[in-house]
Amino acid sequence: MNHLPLIIKREYLTKVKNKSFIIMTILSPIIMIALIAVVAYLSQLNNNKIRTISVLDESELVTDIFQNQEYTKYNMLNNVSLDDAKTIVEAAETYGLLYIPKQDSVTALVKHIKFYSKESPSLSVISGLESKLENRLRDLKLQEQGIDLEKLTASKIHVNIEQESFIGEKTSKIDSYFKLGFGLAAGYLLFMFIIIYGNMIMRSIIEEKTSRIIEVIISSVKPIQLMLGKIIGTSLAGITQFVIWIIIGSVLMTVVSAILGIDLMQQTPQNDMMQQAMENPEVAVEMQNAMSAFWNLPIANLIIAFILFFVAGYLLYSSLYAAIGAAVDNETDTQQFMFPIIMPLVLAVYIGIFTVIEDPHGTVSTIFSFIPFTSPVVMLMRIPFGVPVWQQVLSFFILVATFMLTVWFAAKIYRVGILMYGKKPSYKEIIKWIKY
Amino acid sequence: MKNLLEAHAVSKNFGDFTALNNVSISVPKGSVFGLLGPNGAGKTTLIRVINQITMPDSGHVILDGEPLQSHHVQNIGYLPEERGLYKSMKVGEQALYLAQLKGLSKAEAKIRLKYWFERLEIGDWWNKKIQELSKGMAQKIQFVVTVLHEPKLLIFDEPFSGFDPINANLIKDEILRLKENGATVIFSTHRMESVEELCDHIALIHQSNKILDGKLTDIKRQYKTNTYEVGINAPDKITLAETISKKFNASLTDFRSLNDELKLNIKLAENESANDLLSYLTSIGQVSHFVELIPSANDIFIQAVKNN
Repeated sequence: MNHLPLIIKREYLTKVKNKSFIIMTILSPIIMIALIAVVAYLSQLNNNKIRTISVLDESELVTDIFQNQEYTKYNMLNNVSLDDAKTIVEAAETYGLLYIPKQDSVTALVKHIKFYSKESPSLSVISGLESKLENRLRDLKLQEQGIDLEKLTASKIHVNIEQESFIGEKTSKIDSYFKLGFGLAAGYLLFMFIIIYGNMIMRSIIEEKTSRIIEVIISSVKPIQLMLGKIIGTSLAGITQFVIWIIIGSVLMTVVSAILGIDLMQQTPQNDMMQQAMENPEVAVEMQNAMSAFWNLPIANLIIAFILFFVAGYLLYSSLYAAIGAAVDNETDTQQFMFPIIMPLVLAVYIGIFTVIEDPHGTVSTIFSFIPFTSPVVMLMRIPFGVPVWQQVLSFFILVATFMLTVWFAAKIYRVGILMYGKKPSYKEIIKWIKY
Repeated sequence: MKNLLEAHAVSKNFGDFTALNNVSISVPKGSVFGLLGPNGAGKTTLIRVINQITMPDSGHVILDGEPLQSHHVQNIGYLPEERGLYKSMKVGEQALYLAQLKGLSKAEAKIRLKYWFERLEIGDWWNKKIQELSKGMAQKIQFVVTVLHEPKLLIFDEPFSGFDPINANLIKDEILRLKENGATVIFSTHRMESVEELCDHIALIHQSNKILDGKLTDIKRQYKTNTYEVGINAPDKITLAETISKKFNASLTDFRSLNDELKLNIKLAENESANDLLSYLTSIGQVSHFVELIPSANDIFIQAVKNN
């Protein structure tokens, strides 16, 4: 008799109807968004202030470069001495005073530009001013040396090496960032999912043991059915929770940013910088590259591989969690068994971060993308960089074979463990159970 | 088919530990079969083998003429000693779930549950959670769930633990009623008085071996010592005792009675009959009490375990 659907249904419904589960599901995104909103709001308060910078340009070389921007205004001072200017600015309580003295040459001038302020100015303001001045002064210096600026601009060349694999896949530097981003996100998501919902499975098995219902149930159901039912039911509840988190999260995000009128994603002084950058034609090109980089990702491969490796990797680990849950009587006893599970997971994430970034097809990353306990995470991180299909398939089959082995192994421990009450087993005993 | 369940030479080892050694039992159809034994004797392992929770290392089990198969779980109702229910689940939902696991349809399970809940007067518990109920209340629900699918074979492991005397009696009556309706019951317990009341057949397991089995009356016959408890009245009790002792194997004893008579246990030899004894006693005094001593299940249990 196949009771699997019935068990899955019960596991799913009990999880989903559980009060703390509901509260967690609804509250987590709210708290997250609230935190982001508060942080964004506070930093905006800080940046919404319009900064007025007074400029005393005695050299009269750079006067025209200070154009008012949304959050930065320039107040040009004329015909005052430096000391007077300082007094005026201090009295007016504006942000600060930029002083450009008159010097014989541009070379001498660059060493004498000063910024006076009450408190030390923000780094972004200073670097913004510096780059403005640099651009103008460089041009002046070039003119001094008799170089025709128009010719110079005309001769400017931007080299962008197009990377292409032998089979015609185009890549670029920005591609790499995208790939890295996707790989890290996928690997990390799997890692989190395993830890959160693996624990949930373990707890629900311990609950069955402590409430002593287990023997009643396995007199009607095969232990392996019960175990699989628990794993699948809990995972479905987990997916439900994830989806709700994403929905509530994005809805709240939209609502909050609409109500407060804040752009949660971007902060304002950076906006000015961005505007500046966008005016630069090179950056605009890069932005376009980035868009095409996204479409350059092997998207179909990514999605399929993500689903397969995610499911197989998750099931592999959750069967181990199930076995631990069956072996112990209460949650405090699980500690000694958790370490060997968490270890390969953490290892996988670190390998992903340190070696896949360096060299996605190097020996270390390749080997670990085949070892079943690390392969889901490492392979997911490698795939955006283009992994031959045979490697993906081979790795997946190794993973599935191991998964079946661990389920068999876990089911053995499970069927003996669930009937053992009142003592904390050692590793030795658990190995013995497999032979029963 | 005379026997509903037969276990043939079932053995089970857990590592170096032997839980069952070549144990065979036959449970006649329609009987209440007492599975007795001290703690750790292997009763629960045998029950788990019958429930297909544990696979035996050797030996096999026949249920109703067929070798035990996985679909037979529908024909067995099992109330384990270590029992419980999901604490945070509602009574009704939980009972429905467990009934469906035993192969009942949801609609059918609902009808039967309603019947049983009314019968045991627990109808208003349907929407309560188990954690709101007392232990005895939860036990009642467990009993209902065990018998709901009307199995041919019912297995109760210490069914009365956790019940107050009134409810224990209620459950005992229900078990007997189920038996009358054709169910066969295996009953595992330490409480010998319930064995006397309920069981037709018993098997005694001690240190993984079956040391005794059969019909309870046959076993009693086998264990009886031809001893009679006798009360006799005469003016001089000391002389009377001496006289009787000369002729029979007698010893002083005590039992409750209204008279101040001479109280003796008299063990008859092979060639002596109860009639001979009685007619001799009536010839020398006034017999007020004459009863054959039949060993109780408790005596048999203790003696059989000691002898092994």
